Amino acid sequence: MSDFKPYGRTELARRVAEDIEDGWYVNLGIGIPLLVSDYIPEGREVMFHSENGLIGMGPKPAPDAIDPWLVNAGKQNVTIQPGGALIHHADSFALIRGGHLDLCVLGTYEVSGTGDLANWATNDKSIAPGVGGAMDLVVGAKRVWVIMEHTTKTGEPKIVETCTYPLTAVGAVTRVYSSLAIIDVDRNDGMTVLEMAPGLTFDALQARTGVPLRRAPDLVETPLEAAQ
Amino acid sequence: MSRKIVASVADALSGLKDGSQIMVGGFGLVGQPDVLVEGIVELGIKDLTLVMNGAGQTPGRSVSLLLELRRVRKMICSFPRSIGCNLFSELYAKGEIELELVPQGTLGERIRAAGAGIGAFFTPTAAGTLLAEGKEQRVLHGVPQVLELPIFADVALIHAWRSDPIGNLIYRGTGRNFNPIMAAAADLTIVQTNHLVALGEMDPETIITPGIYVDRIVHVPDVIPAT
Repeated sequence: MSDFKPYGRTELARRVAEDIEDGWYVNLGIGIPLLVSDYIPEGREVMFHSENGLIGMGPKPAPDAIDPWLVNAGKQNVTIQPGGALIHHADSFALIRGGHLDLCVLGTYEVSGTGDLANWATNDKSIAPGVGGAMDLVVGAKRVWVIMEHTTKTGEPKIVETCTYPLTAVGAVTRVYSSLAIIDVDRNDGMTVLEMAPGLTFDALQARTGVPLRRAPDLVETPLEAAQ
Repeated sequence: MSRKIVASVADALSGLKDGSQIMVGGFGLVGQPDVLVEGIVELGIKDLTLVMNGAGQTPGRSVSLLLELRRVRKMICSFPRSIGCNLFSELYAKGEIELELVPQGTLGERIRAAGAGIGAFFTPTAAGTLLAEGKEQRVLHGVPQVLELPIFADVALIHAWRSDPIGNLIYRGTGRNFNPIMAAAADLTIVQTNHLVALGEMDPETIITPGIYVDRIVHVPDVIPAT
């Protein structure tokens, strides 16, 4: 067993933030994806969209500066940036479906090798299902990036041939930021590994993945020592 | 001129019947007309279908109270779960409430379509998923799409920040959400407003919902969304 160091959640959020380009409009899903906004490099103008009708969402307010009329999609209090705009729900999702968002970042249970995504329901029938805006976001945004653990708690791949949980969309994911690797996804062409966690070999990554992976031409295996 | 202004919540809700389909504005608790919803509780009507984004998140209050009292037969919503309230899930697990789960954007557009006289529309949202089962699917412009129908309502309950006597409305912050589209989609639109101003005091350039959609207005000052 090779020794390697998985990417942590904040490290993944930071990596995603580094890859967001100047001028993009971005929607961040609830949970870990929301951390991305804390790591946007200085000087990059990025506007965050919250599907409840807020464009130009800013960070969490100070405890003594909460505006109870401003919440994000997770119903947490937020702020509005200079240049922000407020719109109603049908307009908010028109801009989503209309292809105007440059990027949507969200978490997921599973991804297939061709970018199918299952992130809204498990097969547990005792829990009332809730879908929110996920299905609209992933068919509408120009790019769909997911942040995820590479395997389940019991070590099973979460990148699979065919999703076992109910689908959110078919062929929607364009990039995976997992605890083990950064992988480009093409719905016709499958998965290409761009980067791997320090110490991980390509063979070890493949062994933890449910579909065949391809190496990007410049993919390198970083020794664990070099990363420390 | 002040024909639409009513003196009390009870007056605002007079005539509402059992079995009604009622839209409730709001996302989270922001823009949710809780005073009107609690008026519905008082009124005692039952067998209701609620159309809204969630399914209640304040145990013992508002929408959650309607559910607790078993007044709601069916929810049409996108996200019936809430961290603070497990009530919908419990009723759902026991088969005591129906659910039509609708993706949030499709929910908004179906409500918008109802108010805009659109008979149906195709959307890529939910194509190839469980939520498209039983619906017509067609490939348009190279993209699989699902046929969706409008959602109408007997009544829409709206929370505005400011209204004038003819029901021109503006909202505050993210309290706008579903309110403007619901106001247009119902046979009877009832507004709870924080501020009521004289005719002519609102700048026509800034009005979000024109009074043509509004039937009744009740002034409920000093309402702040719970945090």
